[in-house]
Amino acid sequence: MIPAAFDYIRAQSADEALAHLQQHGADARVLAGGQSLIPAMRFRLARPAVLVDINHVRDLDYVRTNGALRIGAIARDTAIERAPWIRETKWSLLQDVSRVVADPVVRQMATVVGSLCHNDPAGDWTTAALAARAEVTVRGKDGNRSVSIDDFLVDSFTTAVQEGEMALAVHFPTPGDRTAGSYQKVERKVGDYATAAAAIQVSLRPEGTIAQVGIALSAAGPCAVRVTEAEDLLVGQAPSAEAIRAAADAASRRSEPQADLRGSVEYKKHLAGVLVARGLRQALGRLGVQA
Amino acid sequence: MKVSITVNGVAYERDVEPRTLLAYFLREACGLTGTHIGCDTSSCGCCVVVLDGDTAVKSCAMFAVQADGREVLTVEGLAQGGALHPLQQGFWDQHGLQCGYCTPGMLLTSYAMLKHTPEPSEADIREGLAGNLCRCTGYQNIVKAVQQAAGAMRQPAAAK
Repeated sequence: MIPAAFDYIRAQSADEALAHLQQHGADARVLAGGQSLIPAMRFRLARPAVLVDINHVRDLDYVRTNGALRIGAIARDTAIERAPWIRETKWSLLQDVSRVVADPVVRQMATVVGSLCHNDPAGDWTTAALAARAEVTVRGKDGNRSVSIDDFLVDSFTTAVQEGEMALAVHFPTPGDRTAGSYQKVERKVGDYATAAAAIQVSLRPEGTIAQVGIALSAAGPCAVRVTEAEDLLVGQAPSAEAIRAAADAASRRSEPQADLRGSVEYKKHLAGVLVARGLRQALGRLGVQA
Repeated sequence: MKVSITVNGVAYERDVEPRTLLAYFLREACGLTGTHIGCDTSSCGCCVVVLDGDTAVKSCAMFAVQADGREVLTVEGLAQGGALHPLQQGFWDQHGLQCGYCTPGMLLTSYAMLKHTPEPSEADIREGLAGNLCRCTGYQNIVKAVQQAAGAMRQPAAAK
């Protein structure tokens, strides 16, 4: 399977890439890691007339943790997976995700920002970004703007990035010290899309009640979905088995999966609840709280 | 588009269509057929090569134009002066292959893994090779082969 022919442009700067994207509009796609785009082109699911390669834009290849976590558009998944700070409990959601995206070879090329821009319904980074309340920096002709992940993920394979624009970075707010997370993914084999997955990030107040919680599901709708009902149920509560069960039930109700070879709708909805409960227990356990 | 890609230390200057995948460039433009194509959809890992010394990539999911000006290592570049690379020796000694189809990808994925993790645990090796499929059910011996190679590469004198 050979992709359709295209014109290849190697950009040396973000400004140059943007100029080409503006010139070619809907015919152009950004090439970062290419680990979703190139297979999609091979299946002829994508046929861009122009590819703008940003892999040589060195100033987009960064992972910065001063203040907040900022990941540039061509930082590879492995840069997160291998970072020393990722082992801190407060980043445990991202650590979990960084170890289960695709497979270990794909992660050496794949990028976090590219995965967000691809916005696969069964994506991992999109789901984690929802739970961690990330923001994406998008550059257009009027300069940079910051888009909350909830607004960024529009629909399957569709984001807030418009024609002639590109995503430059993703920003994860630094979680409070009593924060932990968990990513629970069921897949048939390494590298398969999730049958179901849940991303959890919980912050506790000093007295032990839940200050903030992010709960999101993968493979449960057109793109990653936030389980707002479960989050609202938990905030302000002390962690308990009953609270976790209620959140899991809300996740099952919110999940709107499609039946496929990986499972039926009923099975996947059930799994969404199970994975949210497991994720909450693991995240709380990482903070020394049994619930 | 004209590209110059250094493969196993040799510069290959070729004129390629942008849509030429690196795997096909290696096999057809360079004649290096040790890089195998299995699933052709970036699932199986047969086509893994090493880019710029320490990054394992699936060459069916990368365009040759992306490798312009860069260094690629394929299975043909592992042995030096007729002596097998410690990884190849490990696969030989531990019976780490049956049909051998997945072996080039296993070797190159392991090569990059050992650059970053020179003392891998068994779990590290199993995780690191999770993107490479062997259909002869040979994983046990593949893990042993990489363990042997890792040991030998830490003690180059003892490997001789």
